Amino acid sequence: MLDIPLSALAAQAFTGLVLGGIFVLMAIGLSLIFGLMTVVNFAHGSFYMLGAYVAFSLMSLTKSFWAALVLAPLVVGALGFLVERFLIRRLYGRSPDDPLLLTFGLSLAMVEGAKLIWGKIGLTVDPPKQLASAVNLGFMNFPVYRLFVIAVTAAVLIALWLFLEKTSIGLIIRAGSRDALMVRALGVDLNRIWLLVFGIGIAMAGLAGVLAGPMRGVYAEMGVEIIIDSFVIVVVGGMGSLPGAIIAGLVMGEIVSMTTFFAPKLAELVIFIVMAAVLLVRPSGLFGEAGLAE
Amino acid sequence: MHRRQFLTTATAGATILAFPAVLRAQSKDPIRIGFPLPLTGTFAAIAADMHRGAQLANEEINAKGGIMGRKLEVLFRDDELKPAVGAQRTKELIENQKVDFVVGGLAAHVQMAINEQSKAAGKLYISVSQSDEISAKPDTSPLTFHEALNPTITSRAIASFGIKELGKKWWIVYADYAFGKQNNAVFAAAAPKLGGTLLGSTPYPLGKPEFSAHLPKIQAAKPDVIYAVTPGADAVPFLKQAISFGLKKDAKIVVPLHFLDYTKEGGAEVWQDIYGATHFCHELAETLPQAKRYVEAYTKKFNRPPDSYSGYGYSGVMEVARGVELAKSTDSNAVANALRKNREYDHYKGKQYWRACDNKSFQDLWILKVRSPQQVKGEWGLFDIVGKVAANEELDRTCAEKGHA
Repeated sequence: MLDIPLSALAAQAFTGLVLGGIFVLMAIGLSLIFGLMTVVNFAHGSFYMLGAYVAFSLMSLTKSFWAALVLAPLVVGALGFLVERFLIRRLYGRSPDDPLLLTFGLSLAMVEGAKLIWGKIGLTVDPPKQLASAVNLGFMNFPVYRLFVIAVTAAVLIALWLFLEKTSIGLIIRAGSRDALMVRALGVDLNRIWLLVFGIGIAMAGLAGVLAGPMRGVYAEMGVEIIIDSFVIVVVGGMGSLPGAIIAGLVMGEIVSMTTFFAPKLAELVIFIVMAAVLLVRPSGLFGEAGLAE
Repeated sequence: MHRRQFLTTATAGATILAFPAVLRAQSKDPIRIGFPLPLTGTFAAIAADMHRGAQLANEEINAKGGIMGRKLEVLFRDDELKPAVGAQRTKELIENQKVDFVVGGLAAHVQMAINEQSKAAGKLYISVSQSDEISAKPDTSPLTFHEALNPTITSRAIASFGIKELGKKWWIVYADYAFGKQNNAVFAAAAPKLGGTLLGSTPYPLGKPEFSAHLPKIQAAKPDVIYAVTPGADAVPFLKQAISFGLKKDAKIVVPLHFLDYTKEGGAEVWQDIYGATHFCHELAETLPQAKRYVEAYTKKFNRPPDSYSGYGYSGVMEVARGVELAKSTDSNAVANALRKNREYDHYKGKQYWRACDNKSFQDLWILKVRSPQQVKGEWGLFDIVGKVAANEELDRTCAEKGHA
């Protein structure tokens, strides 16, 4: 197995980038919510699943993938607003276990709810015609749709970075995650900020679901599978750290992809091994601040 | 305690204890079959079809006056495709619902759990989905019957058809659980004897349909044929991803089993020219009168034609009924003996028979190819039957290989 052509490794690295892209979209939302609100959102995977289903329904309604791509994350994000406003907000100031239990229960209810609405049998979604073909990259044929997923992920990350760094709301969000009490003392209504952040995080999970649908199909359990991986990535990157979520997401995508190439049986396990190794050396994760998650 | 007092109490106690049993034996209480199956999860569509087949059998039996004058009641439970849940549901069916027999299970690993519970309770169990172990020692028992095909039979049939007709160099993608591993192992062993080469095989976790990381490697190996053991709802995402990576242009794709529902869901454009085996498809109605009767009854009741696994569910329930009538008893051992003694049956697609040593059903199977979108007949006419493999014990392991003396 030592004479592996470089082209095969390049191909493998490229597929890893797409896996990583979905991981990043999931992990950023989780990390954002945790960093600012110290809420461990167990329902994040279910919002991912919901994004895929809502996109499916919007596509059958509007006959347009593009409309679904834009609208589905907004619908899911709006639902996130409601969940924050009417459920999670009641639990601020209590033990972090309480929102965890709440979102865990919520995720179970959402999976069953999706089965009631869309049926127990998985659905398939087609990528739009313009993106359905494969393009020859020189070293392999690569689906255009997956290139598109990489592009969307990059665009969303840039937009999020601009929002956090260049706007005054972004400034408040960053300040709020450092020291909520001080920001409040300065007369800022953090409730509205929390609402916004939760909505943004949830919308990003929804977007990840919309993007994953045409690749993996849409089924009620899809969120249950990805939530574990996403948590691992957030922990490796450092709870609450956005650069950590991005780097850990991309690195994990590559690690899974490369492991699949060399030792497919280990691909399921490898992210946990990496997590254990990282935590041994850096107990707060790669970019985490000590004390935040303790 | 006085002797008289003791006697009274003991008699009273014994009467109370015995009374329900007496009642049950004398009354027209229904005969109950417990039927766990994964109504949710990756196999939900197949389970729904099997559920309908078993319901149809239940209804037809009762319409003809039941079994020995008693009504039949089939109780379905969702095992969620999890062995622990399957075990729990089976236990509940046996202990609380007092079922007389168990039929069901739709995954190799869950049927093991169901079998363990049925065995422990001394209940006859007819397994209705694929597994190699279920009819082999140490898992099997004299009360364990296996109505379905198994990976050995399926993959040997696929290997002999495919290596001759489709190409010599193969690659296997398989779901990393009992059914997938068995198919992989059987094909790997069979291929060299038939002049084929297995270039490699890649396992992936069942129900996690992200294959992209596997595909570049397969692309680089340039196989003639890809054997995709991607069961249930994993099949369509696999095909779509393989197509999006351009693999379907370069290689032929074969699946162990074709399912009408997944083929329809993915559409003929995705599935066109993909080969696979089956023990039943509704197209058989064109040539077999038994299949015609079954397809018509099913279509009338459910407004759509049956998929393959409905046949297993139907036949499993029918076999319990036949066994009880033959044995004139609901005792599991008596029914098992009666079935072994009268081993031939024919409920929906032609003759099948139980092999005495392992209670394994032998039956014909067919090789299907999916039609092109232009050739599809109506809403459901997706398959062309391109080959038939008659019931043949040589396709399975021998009784000795399975640990039966």
